[in-house]
This record gives sequence, structure tokens and C-alpha cells, in this order.
Amino acid sequence: MLKTETFTLNMGPQHPSTHGVLQVVLELDGETVVQAIPNMGYLHRGIEKLAESRTYAQFIPYTDRLDYVSSMGNNLGYCQTVEKMMDIKVPERAEYLRIIMTELNRIASHLIFMGSLAIDLGASTGMMFGFRSRERILDLFDMVCGARQTYTYIRFGGVSADIPSEFIPALERFLTDFPAMLDEYHRLLTGNEILYHRLKNTGVISAQRAVEIGLTGPALRASGVDYDIRKVEPYGIYDRFDFSVPLGQVGDCWDRYTIRMEEMKQSAGIVAQALSQMPEGTVMASVPKVVKPPAGEVYHSIENPRGELGYYIVSNGGTNPYRLHVRRPSFINLQVLNEACQGLLIGDVVAILATLDSLMGEVDC
Amino acid sequence: MSNRDINHLLAELKARYLEDVKMIGEEAQTALLVESHCLTDILGFLKTNESYQFNMLRNLTAVDYLEYIEVVYHLYSLPFRQTITVKTRCGMEDLQVPSATTIWPSANFQEREIYDLLGVKFTGHPDLRRILLRDEFEGHPLRKTYQAGTTGEKEVKSLC
Repeated sequence: MLKTETFTLNMGPQHPSTHGVLQVVLELDGETVVQAIPNMGYLHRGIEKLAESRTYAQFIPYTDRLDYVSSMGNNLGYCQTVEKMMDIKVPERAEYLRIIMTELNRIASHLIFMGSLAIDLGASTGMMFGFRSRERILDLFDMVCGARQTYTYIRFGGVSADIPSEFIPALERFLTDFPAMLDEYHRLLTGNEILYHRLKNTGVISAQRAVEIGLTGPALRASGVDYDIRKVEPYGIYDRFDFSVPLGQVGDCWDRYTIRMEEMKQSAGIVAQALSQMPEGTVMASVPKVVKPPAGEVYHSIENPRGELGYYIVSNGGTNPYRLHVRRPSFINLQVLNEACQGLLIGDVVAILATLDSLMGEVDC
Repeated sequence: MSNRDINHLLAELKARYLEDVKMIGEEAQTALLVESHCLTDILGFLKTNESYQFNMLRNLTAVDYLEYIEVVYHLYSLPFRQTITVKTRCGMEDLQVPSATTIWPSANFQEREIYDLLGVKFTGHPDLRRILLRDEFEGHPLRKTYQAGTTGEKEVKSLC
């Protein structure tokens, strides 16, 4: 009988398909994956430790650098947590602006997902298209806060500035164009037979297992579990909007892809609703100059494009957090990688990594 | 979880575990404080009991309070859409807590992270090693007593 043995292959930390500095140690039997162990920490900056030596307000820019393609959501989660501790009421207009920005950011983030999935599977045109549309959203963010990636736009008590006069016409133009763009991607990617066969029935995660292993966000909903924090524990003013939460049936890469495509459509709908309902008024509540939440602790979470982003803050009544922990969806979602890859080929590892859509800035914190 | 529900749950747990479980904090900050020797039992009870079904471990972290380290579990019940916070404490001289990985496999990475940054040993964890820092790293940075810059690295003198 032929004697065979497995061998080890390092994928990363410098590998284009790991989306940053992630190392996956693959144990292979021929071309079949026996184990895929993720090794992280290459981007660890000790943000939780840094928070303890910064004031509450000084920490906002650090949140930008967690999940750096959806920084608006990171800002929002952190600011809402501190607002919850201090009982700050945010003005109506600011609430609407927050919704508009975070939902636009969700679209931008999912466009990156779509583009990077396409290029990982060999379709570089897909990436160009994704980044092209994302550029429109970044231009909008540039208008409101002068930054394209690290916004620090959402602050305690509201947002840093009201929108300039050219913002609403530009946003309306984007919302008009967006359905056609999405349609184009569906024709380019969703209708592509190669993409379909690469993704369909690859990396199946059952609903029960998805909950056990701690998946959240589109990765969990692709397995058919209805858990979207915007619906189950509406934060901000999400209860005022009419939108649906797309659910998958199988929990394979294809479901994870189609769900995100559908979520973009829903997000555009939320933005349009928010735009039509938004009242005039101030965008910043009166917040004390020195932010000192009363002693105590709060856990607050929001639905970020990658899943449940939670902040756990312990305050001792001082100007700095006593302890700040970030529950990063990318980090916890990565746990499923090993079992999702087992028995598949190396090319499928790339597809699974791309559809889990973990972002290393957030994994390593 | 509303206060009425949590009181009911507490009464039920008190009947089984006597003084090993108590309620701390007020209103939104209410949490169950559990002795670590019956932690696995209670977490298992919360997950499997028909009327609670806390089947999701949302967040797991730990806080250094100098005399002790507190491990915090934020649980969520998908069927009932309820949350609860469970805490356990371990003294600095014996930093051991039973692992929750047998109940929620999602605790795996999070327990490794706590071990890495705070030095709490989770007994029964399948693969307890550092996750964010390199293996040779000494100390646990999120401890309050940790001094940054004393990692045993050579001091770099200015060349000017």
C-alpha cells in the first residue's frame, strides 16, 4: 500500500488573499485541507491598553483604526456606549446623520467585500468596479468630515459638523445611480457560472454550529439565523425605518455573498428613508467639556458590516476608562475557518476567507 | 433581562447553589456573580434550561481589579431575545477559571485572548496559548501592574 503523509503550507502573513497580515497554517493531504489554523497578532497595537491611558474623547480616533473600512460604525458603537453611561440625549438631526453615514459605510464595506472576493477568485475587474462605486461614498464622507477612511465624524452627543450644502444633491445622485450599479454587479458576478460553482456548497456552516461558534453578522445570517442587532435590539433610531433582514438557507459561501449584495440594497433604502425624514436642527448636544462617566460598566453593541461590534467599558468615575474591551466580530468569526475549510481544496480556503470577510485591523485590535 | 425575570432566575439558582451565586449591580448593570467552582454548572444550566436558553455567548472578557480578576460573560438568548451578564472572580494567587469552551465553542479565541493579555488560566481549554502576542512575550499587558517597556528588550540609545 502506498504510504502518504500530510505536509504543512504557510499561507501568509504576506499573501494577497488574507486581506492583511493573517497567517493560515494549512495542513494538506495532497491538495485537500486537513487543518487550517489561523495565526494572528501581526497588527496588534494594544488598543485596549492604550485606551486606559487616554481620555474618553481621545479614544474616538483609535476606533477608526479597528475595522478601517467601516470606521463610521466603530465611532458610532463607541460613542453610543459612552452616551449610555452618561445619559446623553442626541439631537434628532444628528441621529439621522448617524444612520445615513453608517449605512453608507455598510454599502462601502460590502463593496470592498464584493471586490476582494472577486479578485481572490481571479476576477480583477470585479474589484475595480467595487472600488469605483465605493469612491462615490468616500467622496461623500470627504465632504462631511474631510477624511476618506478615518473619519472620527461621530462624537459624543452628535456628529462633528453638519453636512455642507452640496452633500444632499450628491447623495441623491448616488442613490439614483446605485440600483443600476448593483444591477451591473449582479450581471458581472452573480450571473457568472465560475463564481457560482466556486461558491455554491463551499464552506457550509449549519445554523446550530454558527451560533455555537459565535458567528455574527452576514456570516451568521447566511446560515439562516435571524440575528441583526438593528432589529432585535434597535439602537439609535433604527426602529423608525422599514427594512428587511435577508437570510440564507444553506450557510455556504454563496449565501454569504448574496446576503451582502441584498444588504446593500436594504441599506440604500434606509439612507433614502432617513434623508426624507431628516429634520432641521442642531447636530450636537451639550456635552461636558471633560467627559467623566459615573462609576459603573456598560456593554453596548451595534450591527457593523462584519457582525456584532460591542464595547464593554468599565469606568471608575475618572477621565480615562478603567477598562475598555472591544468585541470584534472579525476576530470571533475567524474561529470557524478551520472547520469550514476541512476537506476542501486550497482554492476554497481563499473563498471562505473572503466570504467570512475578516479584517485584520479588527482581529488584532 | 427584566429585574423580575432575573429575580426569578436568581431564586431558582439560589435553591440549587445556595451562597455560591448572588446578584450584584443595579438596573442595567445587574449581573450574576458566581463562584468559579460551580461556574460550568451554572453556565450549562443557563444554556440548556428550557425557560432561559442563553444559547449565545456574545462577549467574554476580563477586568483586573488589583486584588482579583473578574471574568465577564455576556450571554444572549436567541429564542427569548434576552441578555444576562455572568461574572466570576479569581484571586491573584490562583488565577484559574474553568473553561466555557465545552458549553460554547465560541469561547475558544476569547479565552485565549484573556490568557494572553491578563494571564487567567482556563482549565480544560483545548489549546490555551497566546493569540495576539508572540509566544516569547513575558507578562500580561492588560494587568494594572504591568509596566510598559520592561519586556526584556535591549534599550536603544539615541545615536545623536
